Amino acid sequence: MKALWQFSRREPLVPLGLLLLLVLATLSLAAPLIVDPALAGIGATAARRPPSAAHWLGSDTQGRDVLASLLAATPQTLEIGLLAGLIGLAAGGVLGLLAGWFRGVVDAIIRTACDVFMTIPAIAVLVLVGTSVRSMTVGLMAIVVAGLSWMVPARSIRAQVLSLRERPWIDVARLNGQSSLAIIFADLLPNLAPFLAASFVISVSTAMLATVGLEALGLGPQNELTLGMMIYWAQYSGAILRGMWWWWVPPVVALALIFMALLAISLGLDRIVNARLRSDL
Amino acid sequence: MLAYILRRIGMAALVMFVALSVNFSIPRLMPGDPVEQVLAAASAAGGQSGNMADTARVMRARLGLDQPMWRQYLSYLGNSARLDLGVSVASYPQPVSEIVLAGLPWTVGLLGTATLISFVLGTVLGALMAWPKAPRVLKVLAVPVVVLSAIPYFILGLVLMALLGIAWPVLPVAGGYPFGVVLNPDIASALAIARHAVLPGLSIVLASLGTWAVAMRGMVVGVLGEDYIMLAEAKGLSERRIFLAYGLRNALLPQFTALALRLGLLVSGAILVEVIFAYPGIGYRLYVAIGQKDVFVVQGIVLLLSAAIAGAMLVLDLLYPLIDPRVAAGHA
Repeated sequence: MKALWQFSRREPLVPLGLLLLLVLATLSLAAPLIVDPALAGIGATAARRPPSAAHWLGSDTQGRDVLASLLAATPQTLEIGLLAGLIGLAAGGVLGLLAGWFRGVVDAIIRTACDVFMTIPAIAVLVLVGTSVRSMTVGLMAIVVAGLSWMVPARSIRAQVLSLRERPWIDVARLNGQSSLAIIFADLLPNLAPFLAASFVISVSTAMLATVGLEALGLGPQNELTLGMMIYWAQYSGAILRGMWWWWVPPVVALALIFMALLAISLGLDRIVNARLRSDL
Repeated sequence: MLAYILRRIGMAALVMFVALSVNFSIPRLMPGDPVEQVLAAASAAGGQSGNMADTARVMRARLGLDQPMWRQYLSYLGNSARLDLGVSVASYPQPVSEIVLAGLPWTVGLLGTATLISFVLGTVLGALMAWPKAPRVLKVLAVPVVVLSAIPYFILGLVLMALLGIAWPVLPVAGGYPFGVVLNPDIASALAIARHAVLPGLSIVLASLGTWAVAMRGMVVGVLGEDYIMLAEAKGLSERRIFLAYGLRNALLPQFTALALRLGLLVSGAILVEVIFAYPGIGYRLYVAIGQKDVFVVQGIVLLLSAAIAGAMLVLDLLYPLIDPRVAAGHA
């Protein structure tokens, strides 16, 4: 406990970001205690009302309570990000390990694939999928987005494996006659942990960025509430031009907080991984 | 040198090939086809006439969708090479390439200018953040800049629009030029265009500034630990010279690589900014086409995006040996 506190004093960015995400997640889980979730339905209350004692954040043009919608949308958005980030990390991690461990042809193929898919703009592929499917759901969205967030983890894990595999203790393990698989799991993975964590945060945030972009183009899940869809509907109905700030500001603030939390965690992890950066900022 | 150039050109060709294949296969892997979608949209709009099955068969034949897959693929590759991207369904019979090319100058102008400004400003800011003798003001300034870099461009755009376009209406919030004005090659038109580009441009600059600054700071911190910096100090060179010629110069190289790698992200972000500000570039046209279910325009724009990025990356790659001769020699 004391060690944890001291770590937080030295590297405040990671705990800060985690805390922020935790607060947002808890708030949306505790939503039923704050506001009736049914108020997030269409026509649940009077439309276009500014904030009042009964509806703290007012209502939108379809008669949805904004606070209830916000609390229902936040976990959905987080879910897409985490799910897509996990899939992206798993796929990218495996590819990075393979490329770094086997080198040669395997490495050349994986590295080229990474470069090619990093060049093709994610939004282009997402738009193609989005316009081709009949209806978008939160789960499908996560899978589609994950398909485009494996490159960064793959590249960074590959670079680490390439450097780790030359270390003496790996040689010892190899001379002891351990199999490649055993070395990868017992000797490589534990040393990769901080890089895996950093890659995970990056792939969560690329995934969420892609999700929000897709939603802003009107290709998000039309029948479900996410923060990006809230912004899309607000923008679609001209909430800004009509001065309905209570409709578009809350999801914008929530999304901004999520992205800031992810950035804080990623910068913090970067400083832990990369000791040289640990001068003052 | 020749090997390097050939390798980069090969890479660009590979990217284009994959982009074309993805563009061809994704819509075909999904259930339903464009004809079905177009007819469904037409009948929903009350445009049904005659036997739908016959209409569908004729349309499929005209679009070549009744041919075997490999044949469709080959003719797709051939057509794309000739910039024949089909015709728009929504504004029939305007060719897709015409719609796409009309949006291109707007996007290139907006994104190019904004990226240039933010890259230069962000790089200088990042370098100064790492410089121990930089003024303290900069360290304070760095915090909001880094925080803003977490936020997607278009979300920042929404906020700027509400602040500078609605609450304190000093700048136009929509379009690329005043509504109903015919553009002439004169100063008045240029000023009007520039005024309309300020808000979307500012969103891109503010939101991407921090990314360059953070990356550059990391690089300069690393470079400042090198032996040649210590040697330069021992020689008694001036602070300014060490910073500019030894620190900045060497840290700049990876920054250009980062620029090439981030082009895709930049374009994706800029597209959404265009949507928010109804800016008449590629992104807004894509948004409109998605809304109209104009599949061929959507595919055309998607293809153009990939081609533009592959092209821009190739140019950056080919310029790179000029800044870092080691690359061409195969040492880096």
